[in-house]
Amino acid sequence: MAEAILCAELTKRYAGMAPRSGAPAPASSPSSGNGSPNGGGDNGGPNEGEILAVDRLNLEIREGELFGLLGPNGAGKSTTIGMLTTRVIPTSGKALVAGIDVVAQPALARTRLAAVTQTNTLDRGLTVFDNLYFHGRYFGLPRAECRKRAGELLAHFGLEEKAKSRVDQLSGGLAQRVLIARALLHRPEVLFLDEPTSGLDPQSRLRLWDELTAINRAGQTIVLTTHYMEEAEQLCERLAIVDHGRLLALDTPQGLKNAVHAERLLKLTLADCASGRVVEAIEKVPGVVQAVCDVNEGNTGHIVHVQADGTPGLVGAVVAAVAQAGGELRDLSVSETSLEAVFLKLTGKEYRA
Amino acid sequence: MILGLTLRSQLKTALALVERDLTVLFKDIVPFALRTAMQPALFAFVFGYVFPRIGQGVGGGHGAAGAAAFVAVLLPGLMANTMMFQGVTGVALPLVAEFSVSREIEDRVMAPVPVQVVGLTKVISASIQSFLAGWLVVPAVWIATGGHAPISWDHPFRLLTIMPLCALVGPALGLVLGTVISPRRINYLFALLLVPLTLLGCVYSPWVALHAIPWLQVLTLINPVVYMSEGLRSALAPNLPHMPLWAVYGLLVTALAVMLWVGLSKFKMRVLT
Repeated sequence: MAEAILCAELTKRYAGMAPRSGAPAPASSPSSGNGSPNGGGDNGGPNEGEILAVDRLNLEIREGELFGLLGPNGAGKSTTIGMLTTRVIPTSGKALVAGIDVVAQPALARTRLAAVTQTNTLDRGLTVFDNLYFHGRYFGLPRAECRKRAGELLAHFGLEEKAKSRVDQLSGGLAQRVLIARALLHRPEVLFLDEPTSGLDPQSRLRLWDELTAINRAGQTIVLTTHYMEEAEQLCERLAIVDHGRLLALDTPQGLKNAVHAERLLKLTLADCASGRVVEAIEKVPGVVQAVCDVNEGNTGHIVHVQADGTPGLVGAVVAAVAQAGGELRDLSVSETSLEAVFLKLTGKEYRA
Repeated sequence: MILGLTLRSQLKTALALVERDLTVLFKDIVPFALRTAMQPALFAFVFGYVFPRIGQGVGGGHGAAGAAAFVAVLLPGLMANTMMFQGVTGVALPLVAEFSVSREIEDRVMAPVPVQVVGLTKVISASIQSFLAGWLVVPAVWIATGGHAPISWDHPFRLLTIMPLCALVGPALGLVLGTVISPRRINYLFALLLVPLTLLGCVYSPWVALHAIPWLQVLTLINPVVYMSEGLRSALAPNLPHMPLWAVYGLLVTALAVMLWVGLSKFKMRVLT
């Protein structure tokens, strides 16, 4: 089977209140979709008081991929992971993980997947070693095998010395590694990580990236969510950009950037760009692909995001165009095209993690 | 065609979940024993040793003989009381914390069984804890009263059936409470629920003795501890008056079934969204 994950029109609506990030809210559980796509039947818009957390998501993730779901907070990433890991019941649509329908056979699906959540969920009643050991026991592995694999995984993650430690004595980075080691113990086909590096110091973050890359090279399918652009760009083979519950784009990081048709991103701070005259003037400069004014941002004025190609002298021409149109330029920065430009192009607004 | 999980594999998972809880319990078995034994031991000491000898209150005025008679009443009641307390707190306290602050339960609810099984294993583990706590009361009372812990072995069937039922009722109630109480309100559990349950649970006198206060005698019928105390009295002190056995078994089984049903449904709702 080539697909590790298959989502068809996967949708989740919450009645009334928004889900708490990282954890399913104790909402009254809506009737679960019976697995048929388009079970909702309507046009997908949320009704009064409802929150459409994930909106008709279609996704195919291949075996062995390191796949990222990128989006700002509240984009629906955690809800998507929640549905794929059997904790959130979809309102409609269908999802298969390792070929198993997560709605119809959640307990069976859990044998094929593992989930590392945003918070430290290590069992505080047990030592580090026993956290791994008992995890294996829950999955029916024999005692000797649990002990062997727990030892191997702790060694792999450089945690042998912590085997007998209490888990509340671990730092954030160590705890995260124990969580991943524990998740791998029952040899899941797909490893889900929800914001694995949020709250980690930069050093621990880099180390975790290396470890995830290494596990992936050894054949582990990994699906992670992140709101860090650079993490998505450096770590993931393919990326899905999501916002407001919708899939906006899906490609390799390079493929996404190529689609912007721009090489540079200019960020101009103007006293005022609300009238649109300045923006029009900028767009007429040869080499400018797109200019967008964001009036909601910037305390000292309005921000104009400009995507441009490599035309020589372009920055000077843009500055001149602003002056000619009567704009007051207060600040200017130039950067290489990044996923931020992709997000900007897709949504018309700047990416805010 | 992918086959579902076998019953055997689910049973293995359930046993591993219970094993986890017992590992945690036995790691702290000495503090657990001290915590469990302290209240019944002191109760038995004050009411079953001190009061009779100083001619004060219950069992007073008859010296050592009065003490022995009262301890016979008291012992099954204290067992019921302790079992309820340990059973409720054995499930409700960890559950409230694991659902909110620590989120430790995450790993267990991802075990390959229907999520209700995880809730059920919590009840089973705590019922073992409650069972042990109940028996711990016997030596505690024996020591505290200077060698009185009268137990009758004449009704082994009653003992073998009522003890496990009593051990399950507390944890089942704990499951209901643990899934509905928010961490901020956990203090109410003790003041508003456990104290009245145990003080008005016919722990210190047989239920029939309440006939002098009819409204109280009727009111206590909603308290499961009453049936636990009366049931244990019928088994351990059969010479004392006790409720008809059909009422004891009927109510304990019904209460257990209802609380398990409610508790497991609530548990599933808390885990899934």
